[in-house]
Amino acid sequence: MDITSETHSQHISKQFNQELEELKTHLMAMGGLVEKQVQEAVTALLDGDSRLAERVRDNDNAVNDMQIKIDDECTRVLARRQPAASDLRLVLAVIRATSDLERIGDEASKIARNAMSLAEAGNGSKGFIEVRHISEHVRKMVRDALTAFARFDLDLALEVVHEDEAVDSEYTTAMRSLMTFMMEDPRSITSVLSVMWILRALERIGDHANNLAEYVVYLVKGLDIRHTDPDELDDEAIKRRG
Amino acid sequence: MLAQSATPANIAEREAVIDIAAADSCLEIQALSLAYAGTPALKELTLRVPRRRVTAFIGPSGCGKSTLLRALNRLHDLNETVSRRGEIRLEGQEIHAPEVAVAELRRRVGMVFQTPNPFPMSIYENVAFGLRLQGDMRKRQRDEVVEWALRSAALWDEVKARLGDSAWSLSGGQQQRLVIARTLAVKPEVLLLDEPASALDPISTLKIEELIRSLKSQLTLVLVTHNMQQAARVSDYTAFLHDGELVEYAPTDALFTNPRLARTENYITGRMA
Repeated sequence: MDITSETHSQHISKQFNQELEELKTHLMAMGGLVEKQVQEAVTALLDGDSRLAERVRDNDNAVNDMQIKIDDECTRVLARRQPAASDLRLVLAVIRATSDLERIGDEASKIARNAMSLAEAGNGSKGFIEVRHISEHVRKMVRDALTAFARFDLDLALEVVHEDEAVDSEYTTAMRSLMTFMMEDPRSITSVLSVMWILRALERIGDHANNLAEYVVYLVKGLDIRHTDPDELDDEAIKRRG
Repeated sequence: MLAQSATPANIAEREAVIDIAAADSCLEIQALSLAYAGTPALKELTLRVPRRRVTAFIGPSGCGKSTLLRALNRLHDLNETVSRRGEIRLEGQEIHAPEVAVAELRRRVGMVFQTPNPFPMSIYENVAFGLRLQGDMRKRQRDEVVEWALRSAALWDEVKARLGDSAWSLSGGQQQRLVIARTLAVKPEVLLLDEPASALDPISTLKIEELIRSLKSQLTLVLVTHNMQQAARVSDYTAFLHDGELVEYAPTDALFTNPRLARTENYITGRMA
């Protein structure tokens, strides 16, 4: 059967409805914070704003705390409610999602640290165009994946899954041009390497957003599409599944 | 089978796994309808019970799960208000056929009820009861069968020193295992269990569940339970009945993680229909 965002509020036990609703709300709050962390880390880099970068780095603890809190809530629901079917899939999806969100938070922190060292060194902005471009792309993926989770939107989740390939190819192209910069101007190696680390972090964020979207497919359809090549996915067959 | 990858081939494969019709079956129920004094209790039910597996029937009170279980060893025969259509085949043979003796059918298809019902006699005699009914058997041979049955029911170690004691001296959980031993002693092919643990404490319940799992290497088990977690824990296949109809019948893993129908989902997750 198709699961909608309303499905989890129809239990005979109102308390159970509320517990599941809270899991979703807290996951979305964590998602919102992580999204902001990524955005601010990139802004800190592009604007050379060390202060903002520092704040992003320090905020990572808040993300970690949220992961522990939500995982705790999931454990409690598992122990006390023994959820089945879509309730079980929701709890599992939330546990998995917190782990990916936490790691997106770590990547944002990495971007912030590299932004700080670049701001301190103060030399050049090579690769910033690529960073801006890819960061917009992966931020949209994270946002869409979270929206898909909140709305149980299968179509949007599948879009995100297919989007990840585009990010991967943009990343490869950007890395190639940064290599060229380094070869042309060996003095830029240190700063270009920092940018490369940032790009790497952004590419990883895209992977995590892709994971989040995969959990939505699991949640809505009960299908585990992890480790499946997106090109081999039959979207229509997935949508048709009862 | 919690979930599968989603390539077209795998989706097709998954549909095939759910198709229980392909499993080697011991009991086949074909278009079975049953009514109590004209009130339908089972409506055109068709399902196959796989051999040497545990199949659970779940559903709300009055859904027909116990009626169905009782039909499998013709417990409705004595109730004149019951009318029946359709077939039940045990190993290919229609159980209502004139040549089938009911006593022999009930030996082959044993039944255990919700409340343990040991006879007012010793532990030994309870288990030997069915054997005595079957006819002459040397004492030594009978002793062996009693021991084997008690061991199979995971009760031997607890009672071997007091086989002559009254069966009523046992705890509820032990009594239920004694009743299972009594049924096993006559070597049934199928064991029907109607809420076998609902009157027991959690530890005794776990022992019964463990016993159910261990018995499936020897015989086919069919379990009726109100307790969905119990069905999820012990069964290989689960049939969800509602209003006398078979709503969904699937491997237990699939039914409890990803039921196909909203009615099943609503029931197993405790939602309002």
